[in-house]
Amino acid sequence: MSSGIEAQVLQPYKYGFVTDIESDVVPPGLSEDVIRLISAKKGEPEWMLEWRLKAYRNWLKMPEPHWSNVTYGPIDYQAISYYAAPKQRPTLDSLDQVDPKLIETFEKLGIPIEERKRLAGVAVDAVFDSVSVATTFRETLARQGIIFCAISEAIREHPDLVRKYLGSVVPHNDNFFAALNSAVFTDGSFAYIPKGVRCPLELSTYFRINASSTGQFERTLIVAEEGSYVSYLEGCSAPVRDENQLHAAVVELVALDDATIKYSTIQNWYPGDEAGRGGIYNFVTKRGACRGKNSKISWTQVETGSAITWKYPGCILQGDNSIGEFYSVAVTNQRQQADTGTKMIHMGKNTRSTIVSKGISAGRGQNTYRGLVKILKGAEHARNYSQCDSMLIGDRCGAHTFPYIDVRNSTAIMEHEASTSKIGEDQIFYAKQRGLSAEDAVSMIVNGFCKEVFKELPMEFAVEAQRLLGISLEGSVG
Amino acid sequence: MGKVKRETLKDSGGKVLLEIRDLHATVEGQEILRGIDLSVRAGEVHAIMGPNGSGKSTLAQVLAGHPAYTVTKGSASYQGKDLLAMTPEDRAREGVFLAFQYPVAIRGITNAYFLRSAVNAIRKHRGEEQLGPVEFMDALEEKLKVIGWDDSYLNRPVNEGFSGGEKKRNEILQLAVLEPRLAILDETDSGLDIDALKTVAQTVEKLRRPDNATVIVTHYYRILTHIQPDVVHVLSAGRIVKSGGKELALELEEKGYDWIREAVPVA
Repeated sequence: MSSGIEAQVLQPYKYGFVTDIESDVVPPGLSEDVIRLISAKKGEPEWMLEWRLKAYRNWLKMPEPHWSNVTYGPIDYQAISYYAAPKQRPTLDSLDQVDPKLIETFEKLGIPIEERKRLAGVAVDAVFDSVSVATTFRETLARQGIIFCAISEAIREHPDLVRKYLGSVVPHNDNFFAALNSAVFTDGSFAYIPKGVRCPLELSTYFRINASSTGQFERTLIVAEEGSYVSYLEGCSAPVRDENQLHAAVVELVALDDATIKYSTIQNWYPGDEAGRGGIYNFVTKRGACRGKNSKISWTQVETGSAITWKYPGCILQGDNSIGEFYSVAVTNQRQQADTGTKMIHMGKNTRSTIVSKGISAGRGQNTYRGLVKILKGAEHARNYSQCDSMLIGDRCGAHTFPYIDVRNSTAIMEHEASTSKIGEDQIFYAKQRGLSAEDAVSMIVNGFCKEVFKELPMEFAVEAQRLLGISLEGSVG
Repeated sequence: MGKVKRETLKDSGGKVLLEIRDLHATVEGQEILRGIDLSVRAGEVHAIMGPNGSGKSTLAQVLAGHPAYTVTKGSASYQGKDLLAMTPEDRAREGVFLAFQYPVAIRGITNAYFLRSAVNAIRKHRGEEQLGPVEFMDALEEKLKVIGWDDSYLNRPVNEGFSGGEKKRNEILQLAVLEPRLAILDETDSGLDIDALKTVAQTVEKLRRPDNATVIVTHYYRILTHIQPDVVHVLSAGRIVKSGGKELALELEEKGYDWIREAVPVA
């Protein structure tokens, strides 16, 4: 019976194609010379190169962390190529100059970047391997003073802003993977929302790994000035390959007084096959700083891909009355392993955080929630609510929960709820007895389980998220 | 054991909806049903009574197609089709409804959504148009009134946080919405207070039509004071040992089940 349910959850990976395009690839290996080469290819100023080298030298001294509840073979950092870009990319004046193959690739992924086909209400930065190939709606945004561009471009065009905030939330020596990223990051997005502006479009970056034997190291920086608002979406996918590919990203968010940043992710990297061959190693550092009073940062993630996920999007609640939120659905299937959760660090007074984590394990998947809630001494009347629910499909998978709570102020109020359930034969039979197909029954049950998270996603993404879980559930979300 | 003298009972004259012949079924290797014979015609209400462990709920689950039960012998035809060869969902789509003894909860899915999905699955099977949320709501409001519930029910998750009685009422609401041809009520009356019992019974009576039939599986006589059964069967050790009119139920109420057990020769 369970294998029947599992079969419905086990859908073939739909984004596994390879784009045949000539690439400019730096030979595998990591050294100061390679970092200088990347920096030179990006036309970076001297301070950026120095920062990278500092990160690299730190990284060399750091051990690879192995405290997480995942297992994988050793990663050979010298066997990875740290830069791959589609060839002959001049500085583009318009989309007409983008290689049609790239436009076609993103179209196949459901991310139209051509002017006439663009998604209404969503500005997209499309990143292919190590470079950003196109950013849509830039002029519309620029009229309100919003900057949305590739981070490599921001380093050249807006060096003061980048210099002020880059590494201010995730320092270059924060952890092993963040240090590696700081040394070799190639592209990613930069968004700056000026004071008092409510960003009229959803900002979105789509990351595509294409080249083999390469790693992707993107870096995203979002700064929301006083009283501004932005909703940002991130999506990703990669071809089916037998090898494991490394993805080590860093995302930094800065929210000043009364600013709100909503950051949503649908992570759909190639998960590997049934036997556990191939798939992306996803080691990501995401952190937001609620620097100003009354600021708010909300993370929503739907993690369905990757062979290994190691990711803890967190909030540093510095400003008084600031709010941090984390809503997560993590699905592990086949041989996937996920160790994911959040960190909420309460520093300011009356700071509040909410954590809602839904882990779904199927096949031989292993799903771990790991979360830290820390209330520092000065955080008077801080509040946290945490809810961790796990669902098991079949009897060969696992769910694990590691909540860490560190409270240093007696006025804090903490709530923690946790549950584990098994998708049952009786639930499926009940729905079937009302005429629903087994497929629809499973979809419905899984979707109902994830509802609290899905309703946090922007509309376009909620639909995508449901589809990813093999679902067509119009009307049930919201 | 001889066949029940069906011909002595009142014949409604309706078409035979369900015909069960010598049905044997096991669960986890243990034989529970040991040769059931039962014939239900359109327009009839049958009550199946019997002591705990006699196989009443097993019969209900087997007819609905629960995968935990294995049919080892015999047949069951529904509207002339081999019921046992149909998937549970196809049985439901063809009009077989089981009101569960223990309805399950589905977290995060509203009753309104669940019911509409069920209605649309059945409509799709019949080649009928799908109902949108608005059209569906109109039809649902009527049924809600019948069961005595207000709109707040619609946005509650399916059976989650429902009391035992509410779950049973929800089954009857689903019954009223789906309007099946053959309804099997598995101990819907247990756990209901007098008022709820009345509501449930009245709803079932109201849904009675010449072209549908209801099989009520129950321990107790009391639901039959509100619903008029055409036939009462007594199930014991996996067989129907006695059939009769409503007076049989009354007799059981007075004497209990022991006299039946004693009356049955050991097979």
